[in-house]
Amino acid sequence: MIEHLPILQVIIPLLAAPICLILREARLVRWFTFIASALAFVNSILLLQQVQTQGTISYSLGGWVAPIGIEYRIDLLNAYLLILVTSISTLALLAAGPSLRKELSERKETYFYVAYLLCLTGLLGILATGDAFNVFVFLEISSLASYTMIAMGRDRRALWASYQYLIMGTIGATFILIGIGLMYMMTGTLNMYDLAERLPEVQQTKTVFTAFAFFVVGVCLKLALFPLHLWLPNAYAYAPSIATVFLAATATKVAIYVLLRFIFSVYGFEFSFSHLPLQEILVALGLMGVFAASIVAIYQDNVKRLFAYSSVAQIGYMILGLGVGSKTGLTATLLHLFNHALMKGAIFLALAGLIYRVGSVNLKAFSGLGKQMPWTMAAIVVGGLSLIGVPLTVGFVSKWYLVLALLESNWWPIAVLVLIGSLLAVIYVWRIVEVAYFRKAMQDSAPYKEAPLMILIPTWILVLANIYFGIDTGFTVGLSEQIAASLFEVAK
Amino acid sequence: MIEQSVLMQLIIILPLLAIPGIIIFGKWPNLREAVTLIAGGLLLIAVIVFYQNFDAGQAAYIHWIELLPGLDIAFKAEPLGVLFSMVAGSLWLVTSVYAIGYMRGHGEVNQTRFYTCFAVAISAVMGLAFADNLFTLFIFYEVLTLSTYPLVTHAGTEKAKQGGRTYLSILLATSIGFLLLAIVGTWWQTGTLTFTQGGVFDDSTSKVATSVLLVLFIFGIGKAAIMPFHRWLPAAMVAPTPVSALLHAVAVVKAGVFTVLKVCVYIFGIDLLRDIPATQWLLYLAAASVLLASLVAMRQDNLKKRLAYSTVSQLGYITIGALLASQAGILGGALHIVAHAFGKITLFFCAGAIMVAAHKTEISDMRGLGKAMPITMIAFFIGSLSIIGLPPAAGVWSKWYLLMGTLDTHQWIVMSVLMVSSLLNIAYLLPIPLRAFFPGAGPQGADFRENAKVIRIERAQIKEAPWPSLVALSITAIMTMVLFCWPHVFYELAASLAGLSGGING
Repeated sequence: MIEHLPILQVIIPLLAAPICLILREARLVRWFTFIASALAFVNSILLLQQVQTQGTISYSLGGWVAPIGIEYRIDLLNAYLLILVTSISTLALLAAGPSLRKELSERKETYFYVAYLLCLTGLLGILATGDAFNVFVFLEISSLASYTMIAMGRDRRALWASYQYLIMGTIGATFILIGIGLMYMMTGTLNMYDLAERLPEVQQTKTVFTAFAFFVVGVCLKLALFPLHLWLPNAYAYAPSIATVFLAATATKVAIYVLLRFIFSVYGFEFSFSHLPLQEILVALGLMGVFAASIVAIYQDNVKRLFAYSSVAQIGYMILGLGVGSKTGLTATLLHLFNHALMKGAIFLALAGLIYRVGSVNLKAFSGLGKQMPWTMAAIVVGGLSLIGVPLTVGFVSKWYLVLALLESNWWPIAVLVLIGSLLAVIYVWRIVEVAYFRKAMQDSAPYKEAPLMILIPTWILVLANIYFGIDTGFTVGLSEQIAASLFEVAK
Repeated sequence: MIEQSVLMQLIIILPLLAIPGIIIFGKWPNLREAVTLIAGGLLLIAVIVFYQNFDAGQAAYIHWIELLPGLDIAFKAEPLGVLFSMVAGSLWLVTSVYAIGYMRGHGEVNQTRFYTCFAVAISAVMGLAFADNLFTLFIFYEVLTLSTYPLVTHAGTEKAKQGGRTYLSILLATSIGFLLLAIVGTWWQTGTLTFTQGGVFDDSTSKVATSVLLVLFIFGIGKAAIMPFHRWLPAAMVAPTPVSALLHAVAVVKAGVFTVLKVCVYIFGIDLLRDIPATQWLLYLAAASVLLASLVAMRQDNLKKRLAYSTVSQLGYITIGALLASQAGILGGALHIVAHAFGKITLFFCAGAIMVAAHKTEISDMRGLGKAMPITMIAFFIGSLSIIGLPPAAGVWSKWYLLMGTLDTHQWIVMSVLMVSSLLNIAYLLPIPLRAFFPGAGPQGADFRENAKVIRIERAQIKEAPWPSLVALSITAIMTMVLFCWPHVFYELAASLAGLSGGING
């Protein structure tokens, strides 16, 4: 059993999805989905333990040894992200019951859980596999599932948002496929490990450059790097709340994983950063993303959209850390992957509770909520402080490493810009705080009650995680540093 | 006998322990205030006991956790921290007494939130005072900013919101934009953030780097209110007066200059500081801040605004003391933390008392008020003397050593700025109590007649502020005179800070 963990990670949600259709009864499906996700979470913890004791795990699908068969390969980086995705997914599902009942009609609820599980399958598949074509397949599974989830949003604009995402996502996926196809053409293999060995021979060919370019652009579309982020704000804003929580906290992170994996493990750091101007491009786009998205966020009145733009900005920070091209920089990126998932998970879950009671996320609707829904608003405030990067929250830890990395490389003007960028976060977070705590509640509405407990509990688990991992940084920092070191080792 | 390190943690945590009590008794104001007062009393006892057993040679040290590799949350007692904790600890109790009279007299709402945030802020100040490294200090610095924000915006009006916005944006912008960068820069250059005798930089760090870092530090510590980052202080005056008094005359602003002193003495070390080219320019900047703020203060008619600008100016004195990089300068700066705290809190208490009892906020309306509020106005007079630096008030000593410092280091321009500013202090502070007692002929015309009528109405009876407020402001006024006669406690602490850190007298 224990040696089959890598495939179980993907099989559990994959098999659970069709069973949901058989179960049908929404309440039953809900708990079933939750259990499946919780099992996946336990599985990911076991995997991490296994990787920590035995080193990288290689698993041959169906007993066919790579490069002929498909290989699943779990190292620290995979295990780290598996834990992230499954934990957030489980917490989001805990809150899903009341939130979805309010936002979807009953018949749709079951389908939502099916789509959710398939999306989870796709994301976990990308993380577990060691095969380039498999990455594409799972990417499509997760994308198609997320188009479905987004389209289920109550607002009619959700359809438009989903369609937008579908077009952009398909372009991205096509680019990735072209990239993988060209790589296959040059090397005759699809196994990542094998690719890494064979690519250096043909490294200086135009085809490989083209393959790399197509692949990177495609992935950047998926991870919503500025200016390829246009699909993201609408998708997050109009999707059902639980879908937003899940996608915002995990989907873009997995795309960043793909980027890291191919830059470091397949093409190699040397190729990616020395032969191509990737560093300059990443730093420039990352910085522009931070500023452009933060400034746009300041002017948003739909709070979900506001935090969606903030996500684009945060992705900018992650890409910036990667662009520094040093161990500390990569550590910052890996830390922020995890930390940002905690922040946005907490914030979007709190917003789910808010939508449940208030029915709107327009800034105006926040008037007086500081008194009426103290726990929900407090969660948003702590999440916001974490976004700003106030000490004792996780946001501070990742910002510290990012600034340190920039100073180490003597890029202090960029360090200044990064800090100025976090001040922009102060502005958009404080707009919400002022409305919630200082504006009187609207006259015509009865006072709102606090969000239901089933939403509050997972929200506060994430809020406390924001603080816990901001104080006891052993797990995240230790693991991130280890992963960064190992990626650089492989890259040499 | 309780262990020193345990006592130190107790001092930091004690205000927090009061919070559950404050919240539980939120519905019963008398019990709620009793909790605050008991906590304040215990804290005062704790800091005094701590001082008595304080020995700089074997200072208490406690390590909480390692946040990031090499970055600890740790506390250590050193003279300046003990001095600061004594000032803040003693004034918290007095302010609490005052606040009871003021908040009730003024009929303020949300008093439970008020006392809760107050306790958090005091705890943050204590943590900051005992911080063993820059990192710990930074954490408490930010906690202080955030916990005082609800106090500044207490009224909840549009104006309060506006003031709070300015307050928060300037303090966060400077601390995240500059201070954090300076801290990361220091960490990257030296690999340590621990406050060390004589500084942490060695010869491997270039003069350019230390210059840049020093500039970042001085601008980054926005709480020290060096121009052009002083706007938050007048903006914060929308807060209830006890907040302005304790936080914006003592805790918050002193946390700023305390940090400046700490950084100058324990991160740069005064020997290095003297050699950094940027020091000279920053000294001129601080001098300009002193002078300009005094001039602006002269033009303010709103009493609290005038006091706020006066604070900006006086904070400049302390920064100058730190940047002079001489023993006398450090000594004077440290003493001025104490002297200004007691003097300025008295003035703020008086301003609040006038507001509660006579509903006056503008200085031009206070002519002849001495008849109605004699005790308040006498206290105001004494407080003014301390700020100006005249006997018999504590301000004499600190200004004396600051001037000595400028003489020692031949900073003639700075010296003359300090002299001129003291004259300006006389011009904008003393007329207030003097005109209150001797309205005299005053400005001619209808304006005056109108005022005169006011006096006649109020002459009939003495109408002072509620007694708790009156007691509090009398205590601080008396304290400024006591500290003139017996400055030894604080002098020794300050001297040990300057003496230990200095080399040869500069």
